[in-house]
Amino acid sequence: MKIHIKNGRLIDPASGTDANKDLYIAAGKIAGIGTAPAGFTANRTIDAAGLVVCPGLVDLAVRLREPGFEYMATLETEMSAAVAGGVTSLACPPDTDPPLDEPGLVEMLKFRARNLHQSHVYPVGALSIGLKGTRLTEMAELTDAGCVGFSHADAPLTDHLLLFRALQYAATFDFPVWLRPQDAALARGGVAHDGQVATRLGLAAIPVTAETVALSTILLLTRETGARVHICRLSSAEGVNMVREAKQRGLRVTCDVAIHHAHLCEMDIGYFDANCNLTPPLRSQRDRDGLRAAIADGTVDALCSDHTPVDDDAKQLPFGEAETGATGVELLLPLTLKWAEEAKLPLAQGLARITADPARVLGVDAGRIDAGAIADVCIFDPQRYWKVGPDTLKSLGKNTPFTGIELKGRVRYTLVEGQVVYESA
Amino acid sequence: MFLHKNPQLNKNGELHHLLSIEGLPADILRQILDTAESFVGVTQREVKKVPLLRGQAIFNLFFEPSTRTRTTFEIAAKRLSADVINLAINVSSQSKGESVLDTVANLAAMQADMFIVRHAQSGAPYLIARHVSPDIHVINAGDGRHAHPTQGLLDMFTVRRYKKDFTQLRVAIVGDVLHSRVARSQIHALTTLGVPELRVIGPKTLLPSHVEDLGVRVYHDMSKGLKDVDVIMMLRLQNERMQGAFLPSPQEFFKSYGLTAEKLALAKPDAIVLHPGPMNRGVEIDSSVADGKQSVILPQVTFGIAIRMAVMSILAGN
Amino acid sequence: MTHTDLPDAEALLKTLAAQMRPHMTAQTALIGIVTGGAWLADRLHKELGLALPVGTLDISFYRDDFHSKGLKRKVAPSTIPFEVDGRELILVDDVLFTGRTIRAAMNELFDYGRPASIRLAALVDRGGRELPIAAQFVGATLTVPADASIDLEQAGGDKLRLVMQPIK
Repeated sequence: MKIHIKNGRLIDPASGTDANKDLYIAAGKIAGIGTAPAGFTANRTIDAAGLVVCPGLVDLAVRLREPGFEYMATLETEMSAAVAGGVTSLACPPDTDPPLDEPGLVEMLKFRARNLHQSHVYPVGALSIGLKGTRLTEMAELTDAGCVGFSHADAPLTDHLLLFRALQYAATFDFPVWLRPQDAALARGGVAHDGQVATRLGLAAIPVTAETVALSTILLLTRETGARVHICRLSSAEGVNMVREAKQRGLRVTCDVAIHHAHLCEMDIGYFDANCNLTPPLRSQRDRDGLRAAIADGTVDALCSDHTPVDDDAKQLPFGEAETGATGVELLLPLTLKWAEEAKLPLAQGLARITADPARVLGVDAGRIDAGAIADVCIFDPQRYWKVGPDTLKSLGKNTPFTGIELKGRVRYTLVEGQVVYESA
Repeated sequence: MFLHKNPQLNKNGELHHLLSIEGLPADILRQILDTAESFVGVTQREVKKVPLLRGQAIFNLFFEPSTRTRTTFEIAAKRLSADVINLAINVSSQSKGESVLDTVANLAAMQADMFIVRHAQSGAPYLIARHVSPDIHVINAGDGRHAHPTQGLLDMFTVRRYKKDFTQLRVAIVGDVLHSRVARSQIHALTTLGVPELRVIGPKTLLPSHVEDLGVRVYHDMSKGLKDVDVIMMLRLQNERMQGAFLPSPQEFFKSYGLTAEKLALAKPDAIVLHPGPMNRGVEIDSSVADGKQSVILPQVTFGIAIRMAVMSILAGN
Repeated sequence: MTHTDLPDAEALLKTLAAQMRPHMTAQTALIGIVTGGAWLADRLHKELGLALPVGTLDISFYRDDFHSKGLKRKVAPSTIPFEVDGRELILVDDVLFTGRTIRAAMNELFDYGRPASIRLAALVDRGGRELPIAAQFVGATLTVPADASIDLEQAGGDKLRLVMQPIK
């Protein structure tokens, strides 16, 4: 299959390209940029006039909900949601049921995902067996099975000695460890940021210190062990400040922020909108502004969707009882565009946070368009508005605070390894 | 970034549900208090009943047990000639309460006109109000730590009876504000009705962060906080919070924050003392104060019925 | 009939009082229906020099149109400052029209006790009855257009005045 993408605006953040250039794809690779390789005859030509052609997105947190939560979503539905969102590489956290703590589970997931011929799936293995925080998993075996790193997802990890040993062990083999900083005791029972909204609505609160206390533990142990650590889902201004300082001191850490937290704050809970019950909680406006600045200045390496499809039965409950999380893989692109536009950043810089940068965190060859690279491509209409809602989302999870909101930027084509895996009118 | 419409008001700005006092204009609060005055008259007659809500089905939907509150709503509804159906829903037997909406849908199918909802989770009545058909009214009878609007209103009724003008008052709320839905409703009602100085008094463990944003002044020293106040609103301290991480012991709480005759003497000589009940004597309040001449705790209970009659009739008519 | 053709309320009040005077006993009490009827009852009470205080009824909680109209914004408390049992009561209203208000008032009165009798005094009877109710004492009988309402209002001090306005 040879594809010619013509008349598009090619943006490749990795190389700094932003120009009207045609793209030539052959044998699943980028065969030529700007000029056709010798003897190139396209089987298919895509007219990308008025569209942006960029690397397929790389999303560091997409819950595919299998195994264990098929009543909320399935591999098939969420994989098709991912390509509809332009996401061609995704990392999935180990918080399935059972958790991804055995090579067999990881191999099965990889095998099934591969057979769907859609996005590349990169499982993040469980750091402890059953995510119970007591015994380490077989990290080397899991890496062989396809895990790109190890994480404790949102499960509490209260035993600091175990965390220390886990980081030591992972550092031995340079396995990346992904940690979500939240002190379980300080967050206990809480459902919303400890701020004026929680006070007003009488919601049990999670203080910023739940994040910063855990973060300081992680940073100290990272320095001590020399482990390669990725910090997931920062929510506070103080948290990103700590990471900024740690990076300045030369610590080898990366971090991400979920796209919802770049836009929303505690106020958006309104009158108990359970779609705004997220993990970590939406924090103050000041925190959100701190996150946005840190995403812009590169302290935050990547934006992710933290895609969490939840069924109505688990969401249509009183705020504090509702399952946390929001569907997001289809919103990652438009919400990143919205952030970049509001932050007055060039499109290429905005797109970097969802392409080249997360690819670097993930340690895989993705998120770039240059000759010879794998042809994972996203083609989107940057001016097209669409209304978020159950009818416009492919994901089985319709749980999003953006329901009813019009967002700008709609994916038109998604290519994985040179194959068109998604297209829309 | 989102705009949120107040779900309590209908398109004419009239009260459709009573979910919280927050966001209600002062004239709606005054209308409820004024209407309640008329119902106080009704409750003092030989026949303590009016035919206003004849034929209406009011469901007491208590996901959290409370005999007192349920009874006052039941009396109020019966005095309005409504049919009252009491449902105590055992939350512990449900797995995490999934059936809240199912329960409500079933009851609505039984031609319910009004739901009185008590739930341990903040915001549960909002969820119900969002999902019932537009001709059904929902009254929040206490949700988690969030709101207990009829209690707040009956406290306002009591204060107005004894003190007339809200705009001249100094009011102190004492105790466990953090976990108190009553305190939140009182704070919103008092600030809406124009009380110029509102204080909250308690240890840091029992005051929510950012409580100042609700328009109150924070005191940790009760002798300073009670100085020259006109109204003292005591809060109930739940048993499970009396010893542990929030407080060392009920005795120690009483030592610093219990209302005794000596501390009451710091307030204005004609200050009144309220308590939402049930009281923990010797923990929040000394018996000599609770039974003393400045206490208006028993009248509060009487007014509670009139307030609930007023709220039900106003909602049913809107 | 126009505004200026309306009879003088003060004159009607005198007529009404004259009709009622021969029937007053020590057991007679007046009960005015809020708001016009209550003003009128106060004036009649003075005029007739009755011993028992005046009662007032706000019949909002007894109206038969609650389901369509809801509760009015301002409900006044009903006050009956005497025992109702065994009394000879006279309900006082400004304008007698459909009779529904009087029905509601009688229902409310019986929730206070069992009076020996209830009679009705109205300043104006404009006809249009929808219930089998009649007044024993009437100041004047008027024909009023169906789309107009006729009401009593205060005209300074305790003086009263009749006004006519289109029904909203």
